[in-house]
Amino acid sequence: MAFIRDIARVCKSKNAGPFELTIDVVFDNADTFRRVKETGVLCPELFARLYGVKAEHVLFTPYDAAFAFKATLPRLVPAGEFGDTDVYGCQQHAPLLDVDVPV
Amino acid sequence: MSQCSVTRIAHSATLAVRDRLGWIALDRVKETDDDPGPPTMSKEIRLLSTSAILGYGFPEASLKAGLDRKPDMIGVDGGSVDPGPHYLGVGKPFCSPIAIRRDLRLMLNAAIRQGIPLVIGTCGGAGGAPHLKLVADMAREIAREDGLHFKMALIHAEQDKDTVRRLNAAGRVKGLAHQPDLTDAVIDRSSRIVGMMGPEPFIEALDNGAQVVLAGRSSDPAPWAAATIRAQLPPAPAWYAGKMLECGATPSIPKGHDCLFVTVREDHVECEPTNPIRRCTPLSIANHSLHENSSPIHHIEPGGMLDTSECRFDAVSDRAVRISGMKWNPASQYTVKLEGVEMAGYRALCICGSRDPLLIGRLDSFLDSVRSEVATKAAAFGATPDSYRLGIRVYGRDGVMGEREFVRGVLPHEVGFVIEVVAQQSQEMASAVLGMARTNMLHTDFPGRLAKEGNMAFPFSPSDIDVGPVYRFSVYHVAELDRPTELFPIEYEMV
Repeated sequence: MAFIRDIARVCKSKNAGPFELTIDVVFDNADTFRRVKETGVLCPELFARLYGVKAEHVLFTPYDAAFAFKATLPRLVPAGEFGDTDVYGCQQHAPLLDVDVPV
Repeated sequence: MSQCSVTRIAHSATLAVRDRLGWIALDRVKETDDDPGPPTMSKEIRLLSTSAILGYGFPEASLKAGLDRKPDMIGVDGGSVDPGPHYLGVGKPFCSPIAIRRDLRLMLNAAIRQGIPLVIGTCGGAGGAPHLKLVADMAREIAREDGLHFKMALIHAEQDKDTVRRLNAAGRVKGLAHQPDLTDAVIDRSSRIVGMMGPEPFIEALDNGAQVVLAGRSSDPAPWAAATIRAQLPPAPAWYAGKMLECGATPSIPKGHDCLFVTVREDHVECEPTNPIRRCTPLSIANHSLHENSSPIHHIEPGGMLDTSECRFDAVSDRAVRISGMKWNPASQYTVKLEGVEMAGYRALCICGSRDPLLIGRLDSFLDSVRSEVATKAAAFGATPDSYRLGIRVYGRDGVMGEREFVRGVLPHEVGFVIEVVAQQSQEMASAVLGMARTNMLHTDFPGRLAKEGNMAFPFSPSDIDVGPVYRFSVYHVAELDRPTELFPIEYEMV
């Protein structure tokens, strides 16, 4: 078992436009990426649970060429609108850090 | 085919290049001169980006190191939608004019003295008319002060409402990211709407001999894609190069605001930072390829889609990376994004904190009491509950993630508050309601209270800050165009 914080080289979030948040997890080698991918832990349902959205609203894409996973989902509030807490969306990655991957 | 090198492009402004073969024609002109240039190699273009945003700053030595490598063009992205709706609405940049001027001066001097084009997209941060004017005025002033002369193109991106209404009425505007259909009411309410241009207006400006091209709202990679497509290279590496260059040295490690040098050839792109302390690695490039897009493999751009699913990232040295395998799928319909904002009121805010465990232990009921007191007292001076919104952000609990915070039930020893009021009517009313909220945060009693003199520590006097007008995104749509340049008129002037 391993936490994302210990095996990923990048774990970050950012706006993808004012209405969506995009979250990336990147590994630094093909082997780790493949083993993580094979567990199936990183999937739309995981992001749906961590971020309180429906799985069908998560655009989840493994990107083999970059040893990366990307998930894009709706923001709670459009960027900069009343009640937004993170205009750039760059501090929404924390729920991923302690996801336990059986590798 | 010889490569486009800096000396050949040097005289482009005076050679009145008009056709799409301009750069190649210049090659031929130059090859008959005394200086034959370097030996013929495969076709390439060399591009120097100074930073992620005009005004973020970059080391002057990095610019010089980039110039030593003979770029064909210098540029920088001038803005972003990321800082939120305010800047488009209010017509001001999110970088300070002082910082923008510093970067612009260095870049203008470099480009004009080397005789290469300088191209800046999304000028002034948001790319509306006042943003473009700010940077254009600065360019004129710097030129006067530093004795520079050049042909300048200004490409406008702010849209008049009639144009947007006409496109919308013709069924040619569609919502992005699940936005509802655009209506005339939304268009009328919007404070400012910009279109996001693709490379075609840049190509036109360069074809018409502009040496300095300042543009309003642009797709971030568009200026770079324009130069590369104009150099007869294919769109796939052209757009990919743009995606790297739009952020300066961000695709390198250590990440920082600095210069990136990119060489584009027929089937690949090579990236290398010019500052020797930084390196591009396959990982740093792969990481950047994910930046700010909803999909890592399908990048929708005006006129087509860049498909990066089969990209390869190969180190060509310990600080340069070659990316190959990108594909370009032309779209059947040319589209550009529209961005617009509308006024949402006026904001006032106040920062304070508590170190009282008795208050922190019953925070929610305390805040409920404050809200109730404020509602009553604000109504008494005419602020009805539906005319303003009161927000109390609790840092140390869920200030960063709000409802998505997953750590619950932990009592922090200290909490910070940002109290805000957004009032529709006026700044004066926002400030009045905020003042009432601040007073009640300070003095509202609660069961078990021992600190009878006050609940909050205020770090500042004055404690309250008038923030000014607040905007919200109202338009986030795409418009179908017949001609890629139709929304983006170009003005030329001799500076």
